[in-house]
Amino acid sequence: MEHKVAIRFERVSFSHREVDVLRDTSFHVHEKEFVALVGPNGAGKTTLLRLVMGLAVPASGKVEVFGASPRSVQASIGYVPQYMNFDSSFPISVEEVVKMGRLVGLGRGCLEKRCADVDTALELAEVADLRKRPYAALSGGQRRRVLVARALASNPRLLILDEPTANMDVESEKRLYTVLGNLKKTATILIATHDTGFVSALTDVVLCVTEDGKGSHHVVRHAAVPAEDVPVDLYGSHVVRILHDTDLPDDACCNTEGQGAAR
Amino acid sequence: MSFIAALFDPSMPFVRNAVLAGVLASILFGVLGSIVTVKRIAGLAGAISHAVLGGIGLAIFLAAKNIVPGMPPIAGALLFAVNATALIGVVSLKAKQREDTVINALWAIGMSIGILFIAKTPGYADPMSYLFGNILLVSTRDIILLAILDVIVIVLAWRFYPQIEATAFDEEFSRTRGVPADTVFLVLLSITAIAVVLLQTFVGIVMVIAMLTLPAGTAGYFSKNLSGMMVSATVFSLIFSLTGLLVSWQMDLPSGAVVVLVAGAVFLLVSALRIRKLA
Repeated sequence: MEHKVAIRFERVSFSHREVDVLRDTSFHVHEKEFVALVGPNGAGKTTLLRLVMGLAVPASGKVEVFGASPRSVQASIGYVPQYMNFDSSFPISVEEVVKMGRLVGLGRGCLEKRCADVDTALELAEVADLRKRPYAALSGGQRRRVLVARALASNPRLLILDEPTANMDVESEKRLYTVLGNLKKTATILIATHDTGFVSALTDVVLCVTEDGKGSHHVVRHAAVPAEDVPVDLYGSHVVRILHDTDLPDDACCNTEGQGAAR
Repeated sequence: MSFIAALFDPSMPFVRNAVLAGVLASILFGVLGSIVTVKRIAGLAGAISHAVLGGIGLAIFLAAKNIVPGMPPIAGALLFAVNATALIGVVSLKAKQREDTVINALWAIGMSIGILFIAKTPGYADPMSYLFGNILLVSTRDIILLAILDVIVIVLAWRFYPQIEATAFDEEFSRTRGVPADTVFLVLLSITAIAVVLLQTFVGIVMVIAMLTLPAGTAGYFSKNLSGMMVSATVFSLIFSLTGLLVSWQMDLPSGAVVVLVAGAVFLLVSALRIRKLA
């Protein structure tokens, strides 16, 4: 069975203030895959996500999402940011935060008092019981799940999460991975993480942002194997160990065995 | 004469104008002030409002010297406000790391230019009424302009409420939803600049920024969302403005200063009670 390509980078280079961040980067992922984008802090993961979302434009090369330019499919992408410079005196309820996910351009978004997609997103992210609560009154883990719900409110074909478990306790991590496990196979999921040792066992594809020895980075597909020796309580989910010494060709997912990186 | 008697005295139209200006200004303080507060651009609005003195000084000077006969201060104020807004807008979007320096420079340079022009203006020009406002100077033209701006602000805030809320809450996310966050910011900054120019007759350029933040800050403690904050802040502004006018009339005090003191006292009291509750 042939899966359509969700994200394709073709020889993409990107510089910020005359410093090369990404150079000659090519990779692709298929629809409905669960992808871990792995690399140390400062490797350019967030830049790569911004390129996928159409918030940055490559200096050379081509980025395609669902076969089109990223900007033209922005409405199909749900994004959960890593940091949010949130002012705790901002008066807003959980429900209103999630409604923001329905917004497109200068449209009016979700005007009805109850919006079916918002209800579904609140249920999926397991925050329906918090809908009337002020966002500022939530714990860090609850806030992150609300931001997942906001990203889900637009029924995204591609869900992007930037370091979703940063500063989270294990219980919150567990709940988040349960939510993501329920979403697997319904949307393409791309998670950026700075943990270069292990990623969630939900992962189909491991993409590592690797330094090329000249200061700039590119993306390499790596193999991964189940890490049964790592207790679930350490990461909030079963994990796989990334084999950094085993590079896979970019078409590893497309051959007849179609094993991808990890199952 | 009591304030109420003065309000209905046909020979004292300026009292009615003052009250009307207070009501119209309250809508701007409430709606625009809430947006300025949640978008955290009060500092930018402060720099624009102070830079405006340069324009007022220039206009008074040019009119007094007969270089531009009859040039109204508001024309100079608008000229400086537009330029200050353009500069702050460009710096905020293109060189964020320099924003603080530019804001402080504009603030000081604008005021200094104003003071120099006023010093060199023949005859007597009193900078005090521009710095601290003189509500007795509010003209019918000012009231019409305030009413027009009220309508524009209410219509824009209603139509683009989701975009305003989203860019203030999480600008990066709003961009991923295709919201033109830079345009929202620049339009907001421009409207704030125009509002500052029109409102300075009421409370003065030094204190206009206080009225854009104190009622909204007080309302923030009681509001569940941004729209509720706008309504509460408008009600608070109205109460502060009318109380300030009444007290200043009865005690023969400068109205702008009294209005700001009432607003500041209530804000501090509510903040103290809130901190005590949380402690």
